[in-house]
Amino acid sequence: MAADTGRLTGTPPAVRVRDLYRDFGPGRTVLRGLDLDVAPGEFVALIGRSGTGKSTLLRALAGLDRDVAGHGEVTVPDSVSVVFQDSRLLPWKRILPNVVFGSRAPDAVVRGERALAEVGLAGRERAWPHELSGGEQQRASLARSLVRQPELLLADEPFGALDALTRIRMHALLRRLCETHRPAVLLVTHDVDEAIVLADRVILLDDGVVHTDVRVELPHRSPADPAFAELRAYLLDRLGVHDEDVPAGRRAAA
Amino acid sequence: MTAAVDTRVVRRRLGPGRRIRLAFWVGPVLLLAVWALGSAFGVISPAILTAPWDVLTAFRDQWVEHDLLGNVLASLARAGLGLAFGALAGTVLAVVSGLSRWGESLIDGPIQIKRSVPTLALIPLFIAWFGIGQEMKVVTIALISMIPIYVNTHNGLRGIDGRYAELAETLAIGRGEFVRHVVLPGALPGFLLGLRFAVTSSLLGLVVVEQYNATSGVGHMMTLAEQYGQTDVLVVGLVIYGVFGFLADATVRLTERKVLTWRRTLDG
Ligand SMILES: Nc1ncnc2c1ncn2[C@@H]1O[C@H](COP(=O)(O)OP(=O)(O)OP(=O)(O)O)[C@@H](O)[C@H]1O
Ligand SMILES: [Mg+2]
Repeated sequence: MAADTGRLTGTPPAVRVRDLYRDFGPGRTVLRGLDLDVAPGEFVALIGRSGTGKSTLLRALAGLDRDVAGHGEVTVPDSVSVVFQDSRLLPWKRILPNVVFGSRAPDAVVRGERALAEVGLAGRERAWPHELSGGEQQRASLARSLVRQPELLLADEPFGALDALTRIRMHALLRRLCETHRPAVLLVTHDVDEAIVLADRVILLDDGVVHTDVRVELPHRSPADPAFAELRAYLLDRLGVHDEDVPAGRRAAA
Repeated sequence: MTAAVDTRVVRRRLGPGRRIRLAFWVGPVLLLAVWALGSAFGVISPAILTAPWDVLTAFRDQWVEHDLLGNVLASLARAGLGLAFGALAGTVLAVVSGLSRWGESLIDGPIQIKRSVPTLALIPLFIAWFGIGQEMKVVTIALISMIPIYVNTHNGLRGIDGRYAELAETLAIGRGEFVRHVVLPGALPGFLLGLRFAVTSSLLGLVVVEQYNATSGVGHMMTLAEQYGQTDVLVVGLVIYGVFGFLADATVRLTERKVLTWRRTLDG
C-alpha cells in the first residue's frame, strides 16, 4: 500500500521524514531510509515487533537523539508533546505542579485542573507522584501533555500499565481530545486492536522502514464489525503472526 | 460493641521501624547523666573533668561578669556568616561545574586540590592577605564549609535521573527554569547532607580562628581561661561548642524532613 501524504492535498504535512537513518554501532542500523508523512490532525498508530525501532523513531521526532549516529530529514511542528512509556513525573513536585510544569499559559492552573479532571484524577492535585498507582501516574503524564495543546503528540505505549476498563475510557478520552484540539498524533502500541480503534492510519515498522501503511476506514470501530476483524487479520499477518500461532480458541474470531 | 477483628500477615521489618518520640534527645541526655553520676560518685575527678554543677557555676559567673552572651553571639555571627558564604559559594560552584563541561574542567580540579590541603594550614597565608581581623576568620570558615557543600551537592546533582532532563527538554523550558525546578530540588538531598558536614566544619574552623587575636567570642574566652588555668571555664566553652553543633545538626535534620517529604525512604 502506498504511503498516503495528507488527506487535504496542498496543506503541508505536520510531520515529514525523509530517508532517515539511525544506527547504534556496527550492524545495529535500526532505521534505514525511513520516509513518513503525517498530516495535521491525523492520528497515526505505529506498530511493529519489539526492537524494530519504534521508540527510536519517536525519539528522533522528539529531538531527543542528538547523540545517535545517522542522518536524514525531519520536520516537526513547533509545539510537540511527548508521553513517555514511564510517566516521568518529577518526584519532588505534587501532581498539579507536575501537570502544568513548563506551561506558560496564564490560565495554566485552571487548565491543569481541567486536564486532571478529564483523566479522572480530580481531587488528587496535591498528591505526591509516589502516592499514585502506576496507571494514575500514567494518566497524570497524559494530562501534562494535553495542557500544552500541542500540534504534535508523540506517545510511546502510553496505556501499557492500564487495566482494560481504564484503557477503554482513556481511548475514548484521547479520541475526544484529539477531535477538539486536532493535534497530529503518533502513538506507539503493541496492541493491534488499540491501533485500529484509535487511529486514522496504522503504519507498521519493519526492517528500518515503513513496511505497511493502511488507512482505517471503518464505519464503527467495533471489534464486532467484520471489516475490523479483516483489518486486524491483515495487520497480524503483516506482523508475522500467522494462523498457526493463534490459539485454536481464538482462531475463529480472527 | 466488640473490637473489630484485625488479623494480618506481617512481614519481619528490615527497615529501622517507626519513629521514637524525642529520640533525638536520648543519646545526649544519657551522656549528661553519666557525667553527673560519675562526678557525684567521684569516678570522674574534678582534675580530669569539672562536675556539671561546677560548670553551671562557672557559666553563671561568665554570664554575669564576663559578657558570655556577647561572646556566644560574636562566635555565632562568625560561624553563621562563614557558613552562609561557604554554602552559597559551594552551591553555585557545584551547579556550574555539574551543568557544564567547561565549568567542571575549570572548577572541579582546583576544588579537589583544595580538599587535600587542610584549610587550617592556610591560615598563615590568610593572615598575610586579610590581616587578623574578622575577614580572615570569616573567609577561613567559609572555605572550610564550602568543600562538603560542593562535594555533596555536585554528587547529588550528577545523580539526578537523566530522564528528567529529557522530559524538561521536551517541555521546552529554559536553563533557568531547569535549574530551579529540576536541578536544585534534585540536588537538595545532597546539599542538605553537605550542610550537615559543613556545620560541623564551620565550628571546627571557629575554634581555630578564634585563637588568633580575638577580642570576643567563645574561643577568646577559652584562650583566656587556658592562660589562667580555669578548667571549669574551658568546659563551659566546650559545652557551648557541643550545644552549637548539636542544635545546628538538629535544625538541618528537621529541615531535611520538612522539605524532603516527597521522598519515600527508610527514614520514614
Ligand atoms: N541507546 C541505545 N544503545 C544501543 N542500542 C540501542 C539504544 N537504543 C535502542 N537500541 C537498539 O535499537 C533497537 C530498536 O530499539 P527501540 O527502543 O527503538 O525498539 P522498539 O521498537 O521501541 O521496541 P519495543 O517495542 O520493545 O519498545 C533495539 O535493538 C535496541 O537494542
Ligand atoms: Mg519502545
